[in-house]
Amino acid sequence: MSSALIELTAHEAAARLREREVSSVELTEAYLERIAAVDPRIHAYLRVLREEALAMARAADERLAAGESGPLLGIPIALKDVLTTRGIETTAGSKMLKGYVPPYSATVVEWLREAGAVFLGKTNMDEFAMGSSNEYSAYGPVYNPWDTTRVPGGSSGGSAAAVAADEAALALGTDTGGSIRQPAALCGIVGLKPTYGRVSRYGLIAFASSLDQIGPLTKDVTDAAILLGAIAGHDPCDSTTVDLPVPDYTASLVPDVKGLRLGVPREYFVPGMQPGVEQAVRSAIAALEDMGASVGEVSLPSTEHALATYYIIAPAEASANLARYDGIKYGYSAGGETMWEAYGRTRAAGFGPEVKRRIMIGTYALSSGYYDAYYVKAQKIRTLVKRDFDAVFADYDAVLAPTSPTTAFKLGQKTADPVQMYLSDACTLPVNIAGLPGISLPCGLLEGLPVGLQIITPAFSEETLLRIAFAYEQSGHFVRQRPPLGV
Amino acid sequence: MPITMKDVQNAAQLARLELSEEERVRLVGELSGILDHIAVIAGVDTSAIPPTAQVVELNNVMRPDEVCPSLSPDEVLANAPAREGDFFKIRAVLE
Repeated sequence: MSSALIELTAHEAAARLREREVSSVELTEAYLERIAAVDPRIHAYLRVLREEALAMARAADERLAAGESGPLLGIPIALKDVLTTRGIETTAGSKMLKGYVPPYSATVVEWLREAGAVFLGKTNMDEFAMGSSNEYSAYGPVYNPWDTTRVPGGSSGGSAAAVAADEAALALGTDTGGSIRQPAALCGIVGLKPTYGRVSRYGLIAFASSLDQIGPLTKDVTDAAILLGAIAGHDPCDSTTVDLPVPDYTASLVPDVKGLRLGVPREYFVPGMQPGVEQAVRSAIAALEDMGASVGEVSLPSTEHALATYYIIAPAEASANLARYDGIKYGYSAGGETMWEAYGRTRAAGFGPEVKRRIMIGTYALSSGYYDAYYVKAQKIRTLVKRDFDAVFADYDAVLAPTSPTTAFKLGQKTADPVQMYLSDACTLPVNIAGLPGISLPCGLLEGLPVGLQIITPAFSEETLLRIAFAYEQSGHFVRQRPPLGV
Repeated sequence: MPITMKDVQNAAQLARLELSEEERVRLVGELSGILDHIAVIAGVDTSAIPPTAQVVELNNVMRPDEVCPSLSPDEVLANAPAREGDFFKIRAVLE
């Protein structure tokens, strides 16, 4: 019974809760049991909130008994540890924030609490969301449920692994250069990065403020639509959220792509990519064509400069955002004879190697004498990247591409060379630079490892994105499988 | 453009990051490798291209200047490494 419960999607579980076939407490206990059984091998969670989860589940059962209903009422969810949770330790995967108990919650966390979701725990992640493999967590790596000698992707590796291993019904992650979509691809689940400005970043511990977005990691496209609907919307606490109505995203879940024009950018099929990944993605695109979409090859010529642009803009913003960690207001504090010495020592001991690298690149790119050559130049190329997409979207409804050029790689394979690690985000980070929505969904298995199909649409057209993703999912061309994890 | 030890020391000083000798040496190599990769953008002609700082077409979002509830001093100071009364306690800035 309990193994069947944890395999349900959130919308299937919600139907059972509504029919009173199962209670939220039973559902939550099933997940807590699953976490106890498999998480020692996966390490998806930094903190499991057993008591809080059961209390929230009891409260949800009372609301259900009172006749209330809602798509997330009583549904167990995992939260990436970069989202602040009032009264619950939040570390962002860093030693710098060990023991930090935020006095407020992120807006999305508050909205999910009001919707009656049950918080199972805080998930592991690359330190301050900087990484593509989860190996830069200060608390140890996450292991891919499909093969525990491999990485789950990053930086939302814990959230992706938790959903893939049935340790949560769904999860929230964040995506600055691919950190939702790439781990979703490598773990064989659905991951959606909303349009910049669609979801409030208030209470999201900042990495690169012009790129960061919060989004869903789920077992299917329907759950992604439901969770996006719950977190999207204008928030007075985040002045970059756009005051547009939030549509009923589930209404766009129509398995019909007839007449839609899909562009396939040649620059996204790079020579270094795994041939099997290309085959799986092209086969998925052919399936959509068979269903009545028209497919054409397109060009996004600035793609070759997007990676370099990203690795100036993101570290530059990070170096400014992370200046707040001074050992005075909260977080780790090393002490020292003078305040300057205390700053230097606190930051030396509190930050891990990748975070230091990015702070150094960002500080260098913003420093006197290099600012125009790097930072301003990168911002101009950002304009070109955005214009490329605008030009394609004049003739096409969506762009289809691989999410990641490879399947999950071995732990330790890319940590020695930062540039190799950065290249694993080559297909996802242009989407953040342009502020567009993107989704990754499973489209195949290659030697037992999942492959992700990425769909990108114009800003604030998540409905088209979800419609194409849903149509592909429902076509049966590839049916999501579970990792052979056992119990 | 190769990164020198002086560049690393300068950036570390600006970032208030105390680095060990070993870290500095490693960063000279790593940052040079990353900047080699980034150097491709130097060849792009951007003379007629305006910069993009953010993609949302919102500027100077204002709100009424109204008093609203905020955190109590105890909540604000709860995570402070050192506190004195309702203040963060710090080392002297000026000698």
